[in-house]
Amino acid sequence: MLEFAAALNVFGVLPQTGTSLALAVTSLAHLSPLDIAVIVIYFAMVMWIGFYLKKRANTSEEFFMAGREMTAWIAGLSFVSANLGSLELMGWAGSAYQYGILAAHWYWIGAVPAMLFLGIVMMPFYYVSKTHSVPGYLKMRFGQGSSTVAAVSFAFMTILMSGVNMFSMALVMKVVLGWDITFSIVISSLAVAAYVALGGLRSAIFNEVLQFVLIWGGALLVPILGLIEAHGWTGLKAQIIRNFPTQDYLHMWKGIGHFSDNPMGVHWTGIVFGLGFVISFGYWTTDFLVVQRVLAANSLRSARIAPVIGSFFKMAVPFIVILPGLLALVVLHNPDGSLMHLVGEDVVSAHPGMGLHSYNEVLPLMLVRYCSPGLLGLGITALIAGFMSGMAGNVSAFAAVWTYDIYQPLINKKAVDSHYVAVGRWATILGVVISIGAAYLVMSAKGIMDYVQALFSFFIAPLLGSILMGMFWKRGTKAGGFWGLLLGTLTSISLWAWVKEDPSALRYVAFSPDAKDMAENMYRAMWCFSVTVIVTFVVSMFSKPRPESELNGLVYGATKLPKEEPVPFYKNEWYWAAIAVVLFVALNVIFW
Amino acid sequence: MESTKSPNSGDISIWFFIGVLLTIYGAMIGVYGLWELATGAWKDSNVILANLHAPIWWGGLMLALGLFYALRFRPGKA
Repeated sequence: MLEFAAALNVFGVLPQTGTSLALAVTSLAHLSPLDIAVIVIYFAMVMWIGFYLKKRANTSEEFFMAGREMTAWIAGLSFVSANLGSLELMGWAGSAYQYGILAAHWYWIGAVPAMLFLGIVMMPFYYVSKTHSVPGYLKMRFGQGSSTVAAVSFAFMTILMSGVNMFSMALVMKVVLGWDITFSIVISSLAVAAYVALGGLRSAIFNEVLQFVLIWGGALLVPILGLIEAHGWTGLKAQIIRNFPTQDYLHMWKGIGHFSDNPMGVHWTGIVFGLGFVISFGYWTTDFLVVQRVLAANSLRSARIAPVIGSFFKMAVPFIVILPGLLALVVLHNPDGSLMHLVGEDVVSAHPGMGLHSYNEVLPLMLVRYCSPGLLGLGITALIAGFMSGMAGNVSAFAAVWTYDIYQPLINKKAVDSHYVAVGRWATILGVVISIGAAYLVMSAKGIMDYVQALFSFFIAPLLGSILMGMFWKRGTKAGGFWGLLLGTLTSISLWAWVKEDPSALRYVAFSPDAKDMAENMYRAMWCFSVTVIVTFVVSMFSKPRPESELNGLVYGATKLPKEEPVPFYKNEWYWAAIAVVLFVALNVIFW
Repeated sequence: MESTKSPNSGDISIWFFIGVLLTIYGAMIGVYGLWELATGAWKDSNVILANLHAPIWWGGLMLALGLFYALRFRPGKA
């Protein structure tokens, strides 16, 4: 147990005055010249990559699709890295502190089955159809109407997500280094805007792979040293049970038989069907932000195996995100030696100057605890890299959807290729500018993750219903696709507004008044997915289907997939997918 | 799995960029760790478990990985 004075030294906490914690701690740490050098070198490297790749982003195919030249490994790492943004690093470390190992559901059942399904089942249709985007696929399958609905909602969501990323990054910089939020936002956005506008998707992908390596290099030390301090996994479990005897932080499935039995307020049906199916499949198989990375693969086999490669890394991410959150439950202490209790952003805001820390500060607190000069810079660089990869992913996807699915079909149909590349570059810059505005909006949001989960179910769940009906049901029609997607999206927004207006409506939306925000998001996703599927089905049955000959390359059962060359078993996507399934099941059993 | 090289993505592979960055970081952090050890500065360190000298072994690991990738994927190598 550490006294406050000792804590100042041990944690590297630097109070504004040395007399009282109540006098506002300006930052957790000060960077040494070595730390600053590490950060500066990182920025120099990403800009070098952007400038270097500018010469390879002259045509629209190069700028928006990276020339479809990425290997399976690069596409797979980029696929995971684009998702490994600020929310992953900070939000889920905070959620692990708040909810325990339950948070790992978002990495395992909430990702792995969907990633494997994308690679093995859906990728051939996306790839063979040669679509430039997910709304582009909808255009080929259901026509311009549903494509426009998907494109506009995606563009809106993407910009808001980008804003979330920016805000998270600025928050870390404020908490850890005391940097001004606006300064952080401007610096990071300028860097992202520059390297994506210069090198297009190829630059975004290359930087994402670089950022992925840095995230692991910078963040992996925290759980390693944390486990040493906590006397291993067994010691950590024993201390958590001793410190929190009434809470179950250590089981993934045991405590979710009823909404009120776990701190997250979720039920296993919500986890399996809401998260494991609708939200997860919606995000990993239809969100263009991630699908775009795989579409850039250099062959169908690469495109199929890339998400499988990504699934292995996704299963490993809890080691650097969830584990630090659990470790924080036992290793973080107040100056008086008592266990530190982190709180929500709203509590921190309501008690300025009290020295409180929010859930989202778990990772920075742990970094400062274990990392000496140089390593601290590396850890901060890992966080910045995560934020930038998330932002770049959103911005590059926004530029592609804006140009291909909104500007080209609705505003200027017959321009030359170089014009669309220019539009893409300007869309990148414009996307960053709008994202900055969104970042300031996010500042008033209660919890970052809850906010994003709400967004997911607004747009992603209906899109999943539409894509699945289009890809696996030949009878689906243009009118069915359009009305299904539109009404599904409106249902989602309406349910959200209903609960916002009348919280007691939760018992209808989530089947229980005990359900909490995340459970509500899962069930809302299920509702709007169901509405999309039902409306698409009913309207399609009353409208004229397209001839089967027009569905080649778009729909299961009407598509002749290209024959792939036989390869040794260890290069086969089915082999690696089977191993991923075994590992996935084993992890869930071990942490049952 | 396929080759990790991306021959059509320009003259320089992404793995070379990664190798260069890891080499620089590994050298900087490792040298700092050695300096800390040699001068005894780690005893005054503000971090937990400073006695484990993480900068030395973590920096060394990054340096080794960085050199491997930088050399393996250096521009012009067949």
